[in-house]
Amino acid sequence: MKIAVCLRRVPDTAEADVKVDGTGKGIVEDRLAFTINEADNYALEEALLLKEQRDAEVSLVSVGPKEADEVLRMGLAKGAAGAVRIDDKELQGSDGLALAEVLAAYFRKNPVDLVFTGCIAQDVEDSQVGPALAQLLGWPHTSYVVKLDCGDERMTVRRELEGGFLEVKDIARPAVVSIQTGGNTPRYASILGIKRARTKPLEALEPGAIDLDTSKAGEAGSRTRLERLYVPEVVSAAEMIEGDVSEKAGRLADILKEKGVS
Amino acid sequence: MSGIMVLAEHRHGDLRDVSHEVLSAARNLAEKTGEQVEAVLLGQGCDEMAQRLAAQAHRVIHAEHPAFRDFNYETWQQALVRLVKGREPSIVMIPHTAFGTDLGPSLAVELGVGIVSDAIGFEPGPDGLKVTRGVYGGKLNAERFISTTPALVMVRQSHFKPDQPGLEGEVVNWDPGDVGSGLRTRFISLEEVPSTGIDITKADVVVGIGRGVKEEKNIGPIREFAEHIGAVLAGSRPVIDAGWLEKERQVGSSGKTVKPRVYIALGISGAFQHVAGMTGSDTIIAVNKDPHAPIFAVAHYGIVDDLHKVVPALREKLA
Repeated sequence: MKIAVCLRRVPDTAEADVKVDGTGKGIVEDRLAFTINEADNYALEEALLLKEQRDAEVSLVSVGPKEADEVLRMGLAKGAAGAVRIDDKELQGSDGLALAEVLAAYFRKNPVDLVFTGCIAQDVEDSQVGPALAQLLGWPHTSYVVKLDCGDERMTVRRELEGGFLEVKDIARPAVVSIQTGGNTPRYASILGIKRARTKPLEALEPGAIDLDTSKAGEAGSRTRLERLYVPEVVSAAEMIEGDVSEKAGRLADILKEKGVS
Repeated sequence: MSGIMVLAEHRHGDLRDVSHEVLSAARNLAEKTGEQVEAVLLGQGCDEMAQRLAAQAHRVIHAEHPAFRDFNYETWQQALVRLVKGREPSIVMIPHTAFGTDLGPSLAVELGVGIVSDAIGFEPGPDGLKVTRGVYGGKLNAERFISTTPALVMVRQSHFKPDQPGLEGEVVNWDPGDVGSGLRTRFISLEEVPSTGIDITKADVVVGIGRGVKEEKNIGPIREFAEHIGAVLAGSRPVIDAGWLEKERQVGSSGKTVKPRVYIALGISGAFQHVAGMTGSDTIIAVNKDPHAPIFAVAHYGIVDDLHKVVPALREKLA
């Protein structure tokens, strides 16, 4: 079985101050660390677990700049056999569906049995690429998957719904499965794995090399367009407690005591 | 070509709150565009739900079919492609939930239309619809423009207020035709996440921890502090995913909704998925290093500082 995992390089903004750049459509990247998209890391783990259970080969695909090679190298170090990066210089402004078109073009040329994606990208937060990719390929999909049991022809998955419920369903292959975070424990790359990854194939492709219909990608090929990014006005009624740590803690202790908490 | 079509979501024989919220958002937008709102209900044995939707819509398109007994994006998509092509709405709204996001992107591909996720605001214009949505964990907003008709939007849950009845729409029974054949995915069952007896929803005081705790070993002092003030310990998604707290301690849209007297958010940035589960708390206290963290928008008291310094100092003051 051939398994592919789609990986996205994203800025780690969880605890960072995110600023809009001069174009109004991007963010200031200078002081941000970049990493593998969190849900994609879980998707990669799911693929590697499957490889260990069955006779399967795992490959990686990313649409991104040269720097995305770091993310792919890490995936190779964890156990994937090869990686491809589709350069996104000519694909700027692609929305979720356009990105799915790029990946669909690649998989039409390089068929696999199963594609894993993360269920959400932590930067754009669209949750679109997996299901859209499946539809473009004429395959079924399933999303928010936290558990996957793989049979010879079909798979049983558990999807996470809101409010503490799981939906159990089965799905035929080939398919695209979007993985939710928390269902497995992503491994770390071993020293040996990192060494081995240096000699594994990591290929960079231009969009032309995958027979992409460029009228369907980039900003011109997208049916939605980013107008602007901005910092939302925080309408906060919060009383901000100032002072040094001891003063802040003192004031907070008083508030808690007032509320009968101590 | 006009009208705003809203897909209703239901589970266990009842409409989910998000259906009323999206209808409310659609009503507000329809007032600006002078259009009508059409609710779409696909199900089996849903007459009562159809009547309830009619109070929030000018028309309810109601299709009864055995294939709609359990949710499957494939059957919903078969029906919706037919319905949208037939009725030609200008906008189609579906909930941004595990139900809606499983369906929306592939439906958009099939219809050849543009789609925007997680919508929180709408501005109609002569050339199309401008949609506001959060990105980067709610730290920024993005305005996206959809140039196709219809425009497909997935609407954030727990964002719009659902209280907008007052209409008496007609319920139109619609025959969806051939649906449910050629399926490659099959619904098996709904399972409840197994209980281990922890119930954070009954707690009077909740201490919620987020990504800002950094490492599992840092939880010890926070746990001790929580115990000292008689609070139950809970967490946001990253903490649960990492396995540092049990799944039943997760606060948010995919976890539990809590409404304690006091909620203390430590190192939680305040992504909407988390806020949806705690915004009903009487008093919210937030400690976060990032002064722009969205959590401060819902907090009553805020401290911009390192929780690992604040918690020990606070523990000392409350000794």
